[in-house]
Amino acid sequence: MTITEKILARASGKQKVSPGDVMFANVDKVMLHDVSGPGVIKVFSEWEKKRGLKLNQIWDPDRVWVAEDHFVPSADRISAENITNLSNFTKQYGISKHFKYGLGQYGICHTLSHEEAMVLPGEVYVGGDSHTNTTGALGAFAAGLGHTDIAYVLMKGKIWFKVPETMLFKIDGIKPSHIMAKDIILKIIGDIGTDGANYKAMQFAGGVMKDLPMEERITLTNMTTEAGAKNGMIEPDGITFDYLRERTDAKYSPVYGDSDAHYSEEFTYEIDKLEPTIAKPFSPGNISAARELQGTELDKAYIGSCTGAKLEDLRAAAEILKDKKVKIRTEVLPAAQSIYMKALKEGLINIFMQAGALVGPPTCGACCGAHMGVLGKDEVCISTTNRNFPGRMGHVESKTYLASPIVVAASAITGKITDPRDIIN
Amino acid sequence: MSNSHNIRGKVHKYDTDNIDTDVIIPGPYLKIHDHKELAKHAMEGIDPNFPQKVSPGDFLVAGNNFGCGSSREHAPIALSHTGIKAILAQSFARIFYRNAVDGGYLLPIEIDKSTVKKISDGDELEIDLANNKIINMTQNERYVMKPFPDLIAKIVEAGGLINYNPDH
Repeated sequence: MTITEKILARASGKQKVSPGDVMFANVDKVMLHDVSGPGVIKVFSEWEKKRGLKLNQIWDPDRVWVAEDHFVPSADRISAENITNLSNFTKQYGISKHFKYGLGQYGICHTLSHEEAMVLPGEVYVGGDSHTNTTGALGAFAAGLGHTDIAYVLMKGKIWFKVPETMLFKIDGIKPSHIMAKDIILKIIGDIGTDGANYKAMQFAGGVMKDLPMEERITLTNMTTEAGAKNGMIEPDGITFDYLRERTDAKYSPVYGDSDAHYSEEFTYEIDKLEPTIAKPFSPGNISAARELQGTELDKAYIGSCTGAKLEDLRAAAEILKDKKVKIRTEVLPAAQSIYMKALKEGLINIFMQAGALVGPPTCGACCGAHMGVLGKDEVCISTTNRNFPGRMGHVESKTYLASPIVVAASAITGKITDPRDIIN
Repeated sequence: MSNSHNIRGKVHKYDTDNIDTDVIIPGPYLKIHDHKELAKHAMEGIDPNFPQKVSPGDFLVAGNNFGCGSSREHAPIALSHTGIKAILAQSFARIFYRNAVDGGYLLPIEIDKSTVKKISDGDELEIDLANNKIINMTQNERYVMKPFPDLIAKIVEAGGLINYNPDH
């Protein structure tokens, strides 16, 4: 069995599962945020109204955690009301792990999932957000669910899954300094398509993984969602254990795939041959090399989100922006308060501000067109985020190009799409 | 929602692949949790007049990978509250599919690409869920739908996950 199959087998009390099996599995951790949380509250109230089902307690408050990230700091009165309702909900059900903005550590849920070690290797983790896949980089089974499913998990501690087939992506070679994990995953999505992994697991392996930092691994699993995958997966190793050791003393039992595990498809990429890669409007699968788009005029650069505003992302962008000035509006929103503070300590925030960029608080913000720098009609943005569907970051006639933090930073300096190698030299 | 009887309605066809959740219900509306209010914005990214066109019980026909993108349950909620009873598409994104079924909002029905091509906007369809058949009353044609897997069929029959008892 693959690691995904073994985790699901363990969670469903079975010796063996195979792709296609549909069964209920026990859940270890659950996450809600300020969009899915109020959705779950609504489901609870509908259950009570229509079925007379009143929940006085949930399955296990200690396995549930809550992030405020999409419309925070509260963007308007409705968002503020959602935050209040979320606070009442966590209080009512005794959920103590609630990361509140303006009250210490908070940030984008997927970033907190690894930064705060909320999820551990071998666990089954579900979240009320499609990018829950992100946390598979820790060697956990991590999948996104909707409000009804999350409400069900809160009540019963289990949910049904169809065991996915696993696609294996081996990344080999020596990583050039101008290539980031974002280039790898964009290239893969371009090759397999935005439904290329629908219902499947995408697992990453190969020589490059041996020294790819945890936060870069996170970029890979984060965007498995854009290929339609059920979950992203990287088997835990020394990098995983070191990363977790700095963040938690919780015990866990890692799971590894068998040596004779069956993969539905296997792909090999030579990282030396990759180009800085961009997804053009209006699909993460619509890729080109940055060089081919050289000179495309931009209005804005956005360095933010769970995909592209982790500490490694900020370091990479700052290296390009050091002692330079941005030519177009540039926003930098670190993905969590702790990352913001580390960036401050390392002098990265100073570099961004000296370059002329705006530095904002952690929030999903404009990545999902919610608030804080949304795009107007015809505006063109280059962004470290993960989606560029029509209207994703604002007006339905705005355009977003997705790229690595290095490419976004280089393009911010010139105001046009730029291959970072042209700036570095 | 029950498997035991046929459902009938008019087709609203969007012959496009990858109709994503940002098109079905754009991001700014995610803070809204009133179902009727969400319905006013259903499909806003592709056809702002969509909610006015739909009558209760109607069907939406689309291409591949319908509902890709975010996990927002707002998407099937908004569509179902316009009156849409079933979506017939070549394939669905996984979270949209399970939200539609587990929430008991609407039926995600998988059909072949050739069937998508044959059905036209405005056609009147009758779907025979018990026999996995689709009758096109307007064009006098018959098609097959992909049967629901066992567990999904039971959840559909129950009218949503909360009504389904896995221990039975």
